[in-house]
Order: sequence, then C-alpha cells, then structure tokens
Amino acid sequence: MSGKGAHSEGEVLTKADFITDQVVRWCPGCGDYSILAQVQKVLPTLGIPKEKIVFISGIGCSSRFPYYVNTYGFHTIHGRAPAVATGLKVANPELCVWVVTGDGDGLSIGGNHLIHVMRRNLDINILLFNNGVYGLTKGQYSPTSEFGKVTKSSPAGTIESPVNPTSIAIAAEASFVARTADVDPRHLAWTLEQAAAHKGTSFVEILQNCIIFNDKTHDPFLARSVRHDRVLYLEEGKPMLFGSEHPRGIATEGFAPKIVEANSSGMLVHEPGLQNPSQAYMLSQLTYPEFPVPLGVFRRVARPTYEELAHGQVDEAIHRAGGPGDLGQLIKGKSSWTVT
Amino acid sequence: MTPERAANRPMEHPTQDGKKLPVEPVDRVTIRFAGDSGDGMQLAGTQFTDTTALLGNDLATFPDYPAEIRAPAGTLAGVSAFQISFSSYDIHTPGDQPSVLVAMNPAALKVNLPDLEEGGILLVDADTFTQGNLSKAGYAKNPLTDGSLAGYRVIQVPITRLTTNAVTEVSGGGSMAAQSRNLFSLGIMYWLFDRDPIHTIRWIEGKFKNNPDLVAVNRAALQAGYNYAATAEIFTSHYSIKKAATPPGTYRKISGNEATALGIITAGKLTGLPLFYGAYPITPASDILHALAPLKNYGVLTFQAEDEIAAITACVGASFGGALAVCATAGPGLALKGEGIGLAVMVELPVIIAMIQRSGPSTGMPTKSEQSDLLMALYGRNGEAPAAVVAPSTPGDCFWTMIEAGRIATTYMTPTFFLSDGYLGNGVEPWAIPSLEELPDIRVTHRSDPEGYTPYVRDPRTLARPWAIPGTPGLEHRIGGLEKNDITGTVSYDPTNHQRMVDLRAQKIARIADSLPPSQVDGDSQGGDLLVVGWGSTYGAITSAVERARSEGRSVSHLHLRHLNPLPRDVGEILGRFDKVLVPELNTGQLRMLLRANYLVDAKGLNKVTGRPFMIREVYRGIISALEGTR
Repeated sequence: MSGKGAHSEGEVLTKADFITDQVVRWCPGCGDYSILAQVQKVLPTLGIPKEKIVFISGIGCSSRFPYYVNTYGFHTIHGRAPAVATGLKVANPELCVWVVTGDGDGLSIGGNHLIHVMRRNLDINILLFNNGVYGLTKGQYSPTSEFGKVTKSSPAGTIESPVNPTSIAIAAEASFVARTADVDPRHLAWTLEQAAAHKGTSFVEILQNCIIFNDKTHDPFLARSVRHDRVLYLEEGKPMLFGSEHPRGIATEGFAPKIVEANSSGMLVHEPGLQNPSQAYMLSQLTYPEFPVPLGVFRRVARPTYEELAHGQVDEAIHRAGGPGDLGQLIKGKSSWTVT
Repeated sequence: MTPERAANRPMEHPTQDGKKLPVEPVDRVTIRFAGDSGDGMQLAGTQFTDTTALLGNDLATFPDYPAEIRAPAGTLAGVSAFQISFSSYDIHTPGDQPSVLVAMNPAALKVNLPDLEEGGILLVDADTFTQGNLSKAGYAKNPLTDGSLAGYRVIQVPITRLTTNAVTEVSGGGSMAAQSRNLFSLGIMYWLFDRDPIHTIRWIEGKFKNNPDLVAVNRAALQAGYNYAATAEIFTSHYSIKKAATPPGTYRKISGNEATALGIITAGKLTGLPLFYGAYPITPASDILHALAPLKNYGVLTFQAEDEIAAITACVGASFGGALAVCATAGPGLALKGEGIGLAVMVELPVIIAMIQRSGPSTGMPTKSEQSDLLMALYGRNGEAPAAVVAPSTPGDCFWTMIEAGRIATTYMTPTFFLSDGYLGNGVEPWAIPSLEELPDIRVTHRSDPEGYTPYVRDPRTLARPWAIPGTPGLEHRIGGLEKNDITGTVSYDPTNHQRMVDLRAQKIARIADSLPPSQVDGDSQGGDLLVVGWGSTYGAITSAVERARSEGRSVSHLHLRHLNPLPRDVGEILGRFDKVLVPELNTGQLRMLLRANYLVDAKGLNKVTGRPFMIREVYRGIISALEGTR
C-alpha cells in the first residue's frame, strides 16, 4: 500500500468503525448502497487511521456519501469538491482524501475542477457515480445521458451528445483511470483497492443504477445474464478477451478497434502502464452494442503529485536560503532609511 | 514658480560642471510622468519614488495605466501615467494636480494637460510632435507652435534625438534608444529636483547585471538627461525639497498590495498557522500573488486556481485542513466566489477574502479604482449570510488591517473581507517599519480534546465553533452546506433550529464589535457642525480636506471606519453629536445607505465614480457646501 497518507501501527479497524449513526437516505434499491458497503469494507484494509481519512463531496445523491462514513467529511457545494479537496490536500498532504461525485456534479457544473485536479495529479481518489441522470433534482438528463433520451427536461429527447467520463479522465492526464460497476461488488472492491494504492489522482467511474429515474440504464451490458459476453474485464498483462461461450478479443486496425477471434494475431494485451494514452483512450471509447464495455484499470502511470511538488518547492527554498525566512527582514524590505 | 514655494530665499548651488544655478527650496511638488504604455513611465516614476523615499521626503504615488498591455502606439488609449507628490511635510494624497508634467508624446500631452496646474512646468519630447503622432492624438495643429500652451512653462527637449546620441556613443548603434528615453527624462527630473541619480544607476547595474550593453545604454541615457538639464540652461533654477519632519523610526516605501502581501504572511506567522494563498489572476489583485509566490522560504503555499470559484473553495478546503486560507480578487471574481463564501459562512471556517476593488459593473474599467463592492461584500450571498468586513485606509495600513482580518477570521471562525482598491493597492507611501514586538498576539490552537466535543458547540464569549481539523484522533465529524443542528452539527430541517442558527450566525458577527477599540474622531470628538465619515482609500483626500477646512476655523471632523461589519458600537452615538454628516465615497452611496439604515441619520453623500480617486479640493468643496447647505 502506498500513497494516501500515513499508516497506523497496531490499530485494527473493521467495517463497523466506518459506519456513522446517520440513517442512510438513498432510495431503496439504489446502487449507492452497494458502493457505500464496498467502501466501508475496503477502508479498514488500507492501514490508515480513520482520523486521517476525509470524504469530500459536492451536491447530488452521491454527495450524501460523507454523512455515512465515520471519518472526517465535508459535503460541499455543487461541483466544487475537487477544488475543496485540492486545498485540503495541499494544506495537509498526510490525509487520505476521497472525492465522491456524480455525472452531474462532476461533469456538468464541476467539469472544470474535475479536469484540473486530474492534470495537477493531487494524490486523491475520485469516485464518480455515473447513473446517466439527475436524481436529486428528480429526473432531468445529465451530461452522460444518451442522445435522444426522454426525460422531464427533454420530453422530445435530448439533442446533446453525452460525454464519456473515462475518456475525459484520460484526456485530462489522470495518472490512474478505472471503471467499475455497483452491480459487481467484487470488482468494485478490487478497483477501490487499486485506486487507493495509486499515488496520484485516481479516477474511478462507477456505473451505478438510479432505480427511480433511470432504472436498468446499464443493464444491456451489466445484467448478470449478459455481463460475461458484453463486458471486457481489463487485466494487466493479459490478452483483452471477453465472451464466456465464444471468446473473442480486441485488436486494432489503424487507430480503430475491432473484434477478433480469440488468440488471433494482433489481439491486444492490456498494458495500463503505457506512457502513451492512445490505447487507454481507444479502450475508453468502446461502447455497447458495437463493443463490449471495458471495466478495470485503463491507465496507471507514475507522475509526481502536486502536493509533493508544492511542498518540495517550499522545502527547497528554505534549504537554499539556509533556513526559514526571517519575518523582520521581510517587513524591513530591501531598502529602508532611518529618521532620528 | 509652480511648486509650492517655501518661505526661504533661493540659494546658490554648484552643478556638476561648476556652473552655479540657484536652488530654490520648495515644500511640495507633484510630478506626472506620461507617455505611451511602452515608454516605461511606470518605471521612471517608480525610480523617482525610490530615490525620493531614500531622501526622506514624504510622498504618495498614483500609477494610472490602461488595461491594454500595449494599445496602439501614440494613441490616446495607450497613454500611461505615473504621478508622485513629494514634500517636506506630512501629505496624504498623490496631489490633486501635477505641477510638473512630463509628456513623452502628443497623446500623453493631450490626455494629461487638462490636469496640469496653471503656470506648471511642461517637459515634452519635441521629436515626437510629428504630423503622424499629432493626428493620432487628434491634434489638428501642433500645440507646441500654435500658442495654446502659453499658460505653462514649456520646456521642449529633443529627447529622442539626444537619447539616441548618448546611446550610440556607448553601444555603437542607437537601436536601444527608444527604450531608454524614459531614463533621459528621469535624468532631467533628477537634476531639476536636486536628487542624485546614483540610486537608479545602482538599480540599472543590478537589473542588467548579465548584459553590460544594457547597463551602459541605460546609464548613458540617464546621465545624458541629467547633464543636459544641468548644462543646457533650459531651467533657470532647480529645486530642493527638505526632508519631511517624520517621527523617528525606520522607514521603507510600500505599496498597498505589497503591504497586503506582507500582512498576509505576517498574519500566518502570528496565528501560527500554515499559510495557504489561493487565487486566480485578476487586475488589480494579481500583484499580491506575484508578491507571495516567490516567498516560499517563508512557508507560503500559493495555489493558482483554475478559476475564481476554485480559488475560494480551495481556500475553504485548506481552512478545513487547519491553514490560514487567504485569497484576493476584484469585483468580477467576488461575483463568482459568492457561493463558496456562503459555504464558509455555513461551515463557520475562517477565510480571508482580499478585495482589490475596481470600476464595475461587469469587466468595467479593470485598472481604474472604485469603492463599489462594499454592499456585495456585506450582502452578496444567498440566504442570511453575514461575514466580517474591514477596510484599510492607506497603503501602509493594508499591513495592519490584514493582520486585523486574520484576528477576526480565526477568533470568530468566519469569512472576513478586506476591502482595498486599485488606488490603494498600487499607490506608494513611506511606511514606518514596525518591530515584531509591536505586532498583536493572535495565536490560534486547533481543538484536540475529544472531551465534550461536538462540531457546533460554541465559545460562550465569541460564539465561535471549535476548529477541529482532519488528522485529529477522536474528533471525526462531517460538515457541509446543509443547515446544521445547533451544537451537534448534524443536518437539520427543523424550523426552530434554523431560526436559532440564523440568529446565532448574526450574533457571532455582531459580537466582533465587543473586541474593537473606541472609534477615533479626528477633530472635535465632542461634536460639531459636520462629521465627514469615510472608509478605505478616501482617507488621504478626506484627511487633507478636513485639515484645510479646520485651518479656516470650520467645525468639521473626520471619522474613518476600518470596521464595516460589524460597525463599531459607538458609531451611532458619535454621529448623533454632529449637526450634519457627509459621506464621501467612490460609489453611489453604499456606506451612506448603511449609516442611514442603521442609525436613522440624515447622512448626505459626496459621490464620484470616474475611476479616479477624490481630489482634496473635491472633498473640500463638498465640505463647504455641506456646511452652507440648508438643513
């Protein structure tokens, strides 16, 4: 386990340590319950004392998350969680900071901050719950809603092309980009562990179901009965294979992806550590029904973190100056005169 | 003779080449350097200021430049100016009108001549008065020859040609002359006002230490100007200004933005908190970021955010983490920060918002000054969202008022506004350097004791909630923008709780007034005919105008408010001691409205929104007409 703050010695935490006294108020059957359960399961395994863990959210259903995790938490304002997290992490790099956001909070009103926190590579974990709809405001289309979607605010169908959260994260130079799903708790927990272990911004798109306003939106490829044929589980160093009865793989022709028979020549092997983001981006663009939808770690590269560099510059300046600056000298300035 | 003449007789003073020209002592001079924005007028003015400060004159400056980095050369839009007033006595403003105008081209003349005193000295670069430049400036006829300048002492010098000659001698080519014309003019001014150019020569040597050619060129231009003035008999005398009778102490020159940056670092040290400065570049506040970013050896963490909203919310995050979080912006930035500041109000975390106000609305006039964001600081948020507001009154006072903002923010756990403006931020004055011992003790300790802790349990005196920061064992808690239950801090929609929390947040800000010293009235503290009430950067003009009116025996006093929210407890009572109240402001009457609303006093306004500061005489006339006006 690396990154994400100091490690405690000795203290053994359990899932129960991370549950608050607040009544969880998501709709019955909401995908958020599964995510909360996996987060509470993974947190005690990180070896980090809970006072060093902070959950920061914006506004939306997903953003109620901090109230339910018994660590430090900050339910901020719409779209700004990445900026609040930036200030917090710079102020105290020892903290293990998690941002919880949604497709509206993170990609619509807060799109700017999401991009910039990723390019700066703050060592934080961002969980973006993507349910393709505005839940808290009761059912308007979101930036990830499919073109033509009929909602309360688009009765004739949306006329907007959706954004792809994973593609945006890759384009914004996030050093860790992954996708998982609420309906696959084992994969979800594994992905959270991977994100926590990565030093730098870890972006995780969590495909999540909104049972009220966008039920079954991910079912065409995530439903248990079809998942193995329509999801491509990315595994580092392994060929990109999918399909239980009829295994096939992914290859490229020019820059374009294509489906090939298993073990045919040119079938791609998954390498999330490539410095060049082209393959990760190509994978992020695979969508059902033309292609299986990839879940897993798309990209994992090492890059210095923002807070390391920021504090490094401070330490370096103090070192070069032979010690911390003298306030009296600073106030006095470079040229002064005395009146007697 | 236009500079204010001292009573003494002229005296003889040898010049460099042994010639004797009389040196006339004068008490106060106001010079304006004006040229194209590429002509280096700000540099010339700043150098003159540095030299003058070291000579011990009192001084005040007013840089006035366009927002465009380089507007088309020679046009009226591209004119940049720097005004300095310096004197042998205590002054408070950069002067109403220049007594000396340096005009580097026709456009600079056209824009600035209306301000020059009658009979004032006008130095022009005659070489630039070409047909092309004249028409760019909108002159149909050449003002140097058409008699229109008859009311001034016009000194025509072929500055471009003389600079080229001087530069060619040392560099073998005159190509660098255009960039050093400002130094030639500066040399002339140094001779005219009897100041040694050595300080500027040293500055040139330091600035261009890696380029001996540039040192030679700039030094040659400066010395050529100085020598030309001394030998060409363009002036019949030159002037000396005695040191100002300032109280003993060590002084430096300081601009408002420099003092603000120093105040921010000092507030960090005094509170004992790590300093986080988050800002998005905006005129005229960016200089504070520029001042802080290189001071990393003082432990300053500067964060250039992706936008104004990220700057304030990163500050809120840093404050949650236990840092002293400070940002600076101007009106358009504050408009964007409103929701973030409201969050700080709700979660009751300290953040300092330095507002370097400028002309609005919208983008307005970015480089021009105004005081029109007072009400936005007080009320520019959704809901009942009170915050503390303080305002510095002089460039040097920016230091002290910033420390006061730090005290209020951390003692009362509240966002705190610091309302400076472009005039104050860019203006320069001599400043008495404080010793570290005179600085207030505002040390902060974060809560660490879990015993009896809840996030919204309050200090009975200040009503502040505890500052418990992530990383502290046993104090894990959740905060957010939703309404809080009193004491426990959990989410609450309870009607009576909301009423109580709104009241508590208001009471907490009101209680800041308990910590304020009695207000200082300059003049007749027992009352009189007229009280002039100001805030912020109008201090200098109001002080000078009130002094003038009082010297004529008028019953006029001055109250300058540093605390605007809450107002000091004695303000209402002080207002009541005077027959009339006049409120000069560079807006359409924002403090006046607050005073009328709070105290039911018939305060009258003296208002101006031209993007320029008050002249002393404007305030003086306002005082006279207020005194003479009907009740």
